[in-house]
Amino acid sequence: MAISNENLVEFTEVQKSYDGETLVVKDLNLSIARGEFLTMLGPSGSGKTTTLMMLAGFESPTHGDVKLDGRTLNNVPPHKRDIGMVFQNYALFPHMSVYENLAFPLQVRKMSKSEVETKVKKALDMVQLGGFGTRRPSQLSGGQQQRVALARALVFQPTLVLMDEPLGALDKQLREHMQLEIKHIHESLGVTVVYVTHDQSEALTMSNRIAVFNDGIIQQLASPPDLYERPENAFVAQFIGENNKLMGKVQHTNGENACTVVLDSGDEVQALPVNIAGAGSATLLSLRPERVTIGPEAGSLPNIFDAEVQELIYLGDHIRTRVKVCGHDDFVVKVPNAQAHAALREGAAVKLGWSIEDCRALDA
Amino acid sequence: MAESTLQPPVALTTADGQPLKTSLARVERRARIRAFALVVPLLIFLCITFLFPIGQMLFRSIHDPLVVDLLPNTIAALKDWDGTDIPGEPVFAALAEDMKKGREDRSIGKVATRLNFEQSGVRSVITRTARRVAKLEEGPYKEAFLDANKAWGEVETWATIKRLGNRFNTVQYLASVDRRFDTEGNVVMQPEDRQIYVPIFGRTLWMSLLVTACCLLLGFPISYMLATQPLRISNLLMIMVLLPFWTSLLVRTTSWIVILQSEGVLNDILVWTGIVGEDGRVQLIYNQTGTVIAMTQILLPFMVLPLYSVMKTISPSYMRAAQSLGAPRFQAFWKVYAPNTLPGVGAGSLLVFILAIGYYITPALVGGRTGQMISNFIAHHMQSSLNWGLAAALGGILLIGVLLLYWLYNKLVGVERLSLG
Repeated sequence: MAISNENLVEFTEVQKSYDGETLVVKDLNLSIARGEFLTMLGPSGSGKTTTLMMLAGFESPTHGDVKLDGRTLNNVPPHKRDIGMVFQNYALFPHMSVYENLAFPLQVRKMSKSEVETKVKKALDMVQLGGFGTRRPSQLSGGQQQRVALARALVFQPTLVLMDEPLGALDKQLREHMQLEIKHIHESLGVTVVYVTHDQSEALTMSNRIAVFNDGIIQQLASPPDLYERPENAFVAQFIGENNKLMGKVQHTNGENACTVVLDSGDEVQALPVNIAGAGSATLLSLRPERVTIGPEAGSLPNIFDAEVQELIYLGDHIRTRVKVCGHDDFVVKVPNAQAHAALREGAAVKLGWSIEDCRALDA
Repeated sequence: MAESTLQPPVALTTADGQPLKTSLARVERRARIRAFALVVPLLIFLCITFLFPIGQMLFRSIHDPLVVDLLPNTIAALKDWDGTDIPGEPVFAALAEDMKKGREDRSIGKVATRLNFEQSGVRSVITRTARRVAKLEEGPYKEAFLDANKAWGEVETWATIKRLGNRFNTVQYLASVDRRFDTEGNVVMQPEDRQIYVPIFGRTLWMSLLVTACCLLLGFPISYMLATQPLRISNLLMIMVLLPFWTSLLVRTTSWIVILQSEGVLNDILVWTGIVGEDGRVQLIYNQTGTVIAMTQILLPFMVLPLYSVMKTISPSYMRAAQSLGAPRFQAFWKVYAPNTLPGVGAGSLLVFILAIGYYITPALVGGRTGQMISNFIAHHMQSSLNWGLAAALGGILLIGVLLLYWLYNKLVGVERLSLG
């Protein structure tokens, strides 16, 4: 099912404070489309979980409106919101069997016994746990518990499913497997999902859009490729993926798509102005390690500098190379481990080059 | 996999060829010995202060050698007595011999006291008759006895003596449940005016249940608050729960007297506010009400602490999950939260009930006549009437009751789920 243009969830000027002195969420405006998989990504304390809890109804906004399907939720208790939720530690009821856990939301909705049976069976089959109905949650592995929690949040066909770091307790391999599974379930059911995580790769893998939270503000709301390749500010550039940063001052802008930045070391860099105040202002240049070319032909790239290899770290598929360039000795270049990868040695002098579009001038 | 399971099991050995089991046992022996040495002092302490006295008490409840030791001839002579009519001359002669000996070594008083527990009034019969028999040189004794006291002409007196003719008997246990042997040796109820212990056991059971129920009713919300409120508030609450716990039992019990007595604080307030009239002061103490109130307050922490420790481990996300799944708050609480508190409810109730059923000091101080419990009667037989056998039997029944309860709990809930905080 495709994402529709219609908004299912709307946050309007939402603010939240717990103690009346500091705002945990500052002026949140966010629309989530029906059928969308939206991830709230951010460090702990950034306000993402609070936002989720306001949507679920366990916290009420200090100011502003939360709307679901056109209905203002502010005074609707959690059990009337019809929102499925998957909790961080699954919150499976330990005194009930897997079947009873799944039947719970249907029984409180007073469905008939046969209806409950069909739906629970369907949900268990969906997460490939068909024969596990009689087990207790404690008799299941972490991954299985996760699936049960997922099935329980979906079994009553809610319009919206919230997930609060649901994969945090799983090991890496299982987590990656579950990411794809959740993604596929989302695609096949077409249910709207709001997902909270602090793991950027998780967010990049699963989401239609990612809202990067920091300090109670959405720093950037964009699709995964946009977020990674076109970060709008220094926080997003730092938080998503690996990033080289070069501090400098804007000397002058050359039209819309280029500016000249003088680094602290005195070198001049041609960069793409994204988020700068104009000539003379301080700026942070962001450059992805995989977008740096080693040993370019002279004149092929606008930015070519002399560098010295400091350290080589062999990582299998690529070689992480730390070099000293433009006065920074923590500049990282990812050299793919291709057949003809540059044979670098520690202490060797090399030339590095990069294009204007890959070097983004952001707020300092 | 399949192949290896088909092979006969081969005993594993270590590298130098020793059986693995022997080697493992040797390595672990040292650690086991050290661990055991550490618990030895406690074990000895428990044996001396706990197991030995209990064992002795239980032994005393069935071991009753006094009459057998001090009236050996009488018991031997009564062996063939059928209990239908008063025995013949040989039995009287044997008793006379035993009495003479008893007067000489001054042990006849003990026998008289022991028999008096079984049949009141026998003490004076025996001591007086013994005095007279001592003067008799020879028989026939039967007439002399019958002349001395008409009790010797009653079958019951002889039946009582014969009943105690076994070193090991269940007389005390029967007495503990208001039963006795009749002259034919059948178990019958005591006459109605002498039935004491069954009603007392019943009352003890009822009051303990009531106290347990009150503790659960009061303790559950307190524990819930303790477990769910922010730390600052819950710490303060916890101190309020524990403070009385640390105060002397006597002080707390006597302060209940101050509060509840008919000229006490509570009644004064009731009169002052006009809820009751000056002549309508409520009798809240020296009866069951007083005992239940005071015991509930004293035993409350024993309910709160296990409940709290269980509730503390129940993740608040269970309630949230239940609500997000569509259950209103109360239903979420009842269907999801409450069942998870069961181990705590069980532990707290069992603890309070076991403590309540053997409670002594509070009923003794505020119980009055109607608020006395079985332990008060045990104490009475230990201290005043000196009928230790009966006290032991009453205590034994109490112990068996508690063990039964524990067994039942284990059957229903499982002891491994018991959480005592």
